[in-house]
Amino acid sequence: MKSTSLNFKNGIKDGLPIGLGYLSVSFAFGVQAVLLGVPAFMAVFMSMTNLTSAGQLAGLTIIAALGTVLEIAVTQLVINARYFLMSLTLSQKLDDSFSMPHRLLCSAFVTDEIFAVAAAKDGLINRRYFYGLVVLPYVGWATGTLLGATAGSILPSFITNALGIALYAMFIAIIVPPSIKERGVLVAVAMGAVISTILYYVPIFTVIPSGFKIIISAVVTASIVAWLFPIKEKEESDNGLS
Amino acid sequence: MDLAKMALMIIVMAVVTYLIRMIPLVFFRKKITSRYVKSLLYYIPYAVLSAMTFPYIFYSTGNVWTAVIGTAVALIAATCRQSLIVVAILSCIAVLVFGFII
Repeated sequence: MKSTSLNFKNGIKDGLPIGLGYLSVSFAFGVQAVLLGVPAFMAVFMSMTNLTSAGQLAGLTIIAALGTVLEIAVTQLVINARYFLMSLTLSQKLDDSFSMPHRLLCSAFVTDEIFAVAAAKDGLINRRYFYGLVVLPYVGWATGTLLGATAGSILPSFITNALGIALYAMFIAIIVPPSIKERGVLVAVAMGAVISTILYYVPIFTVIPSGFKIIISAVVTASIVAWLFPIKEKEESDNGLS
Repeated sequence: MDLAKMALMIIVMAVVTYLIRMIPLVFFRKKITSRYVKSLLYYIPYAVLSAMTFPYIFYSTGNVWTAVIGTAVALIAATCRQSLIVVAILSCIAVLVFGFII
């Protein structure tokens, strides 16, 4: 099955809200980097090679504290372990247009938001759509870092505060419509939110790094919901056969 | 920290992060047939997104009350099946406007 209906332009359109959200988040990252003594060009270098918010913030902290290479490697492994799960899920969503070089290239762009939009598409996705999807987020992430690092006060705080909710609002736009349509998705969304909230507020869980809290919430939720609401044969063939 | 060491640290970060993303995409290419595993992978994106949104969305604007309003607007707009960008923009506007009122 090929998803011929999705082209580069569809990808660009879906990537726009992610790009806008990244612009504001990476702006904050750029400001923080300079405050911690990392030069602007290094901050942009980090954004262009890493493309991960939580990982980069942690990396910044370690660099500022004059940490070791081993420390920074292990930290990235822990914080970014969730991408492993996302790439595994995505490996089932890519159609035949993704040959080995394309798989190697597109791996660099698996972020929470890009994954979420791509994985929530019906059926398989093709590479034109995927590349369209990643362009604006990538440009937004690098540009925002540059702006934040060079001119930290270019935007008034009431604007950056309002932009801060953009990515989360987009997540809501992704999860609500299928929740209305499917009981299983609704239960997954509700359970994910409840477990995540418990891990966030209950004091004994504060030792868990936040990247792990999300992965634990998602895996526990999906394991239970997959058992309670196995997907129907029709959806199986939609997702599985190429 | 000197710039060479800093660049090395950043490159190590990038390599580790890339490998985590690349290994499953490149080496795991066969189609999964288990119905349970397929169901698991089907629900994971929704569970991840929901867990990433709550409760973190309430701390995304620097003020819990503007964030609550922005969340409500996003939920209503999403229920009305607006596109991703429309939901995101309406939510930002709600936060902006409510931020001036309170």
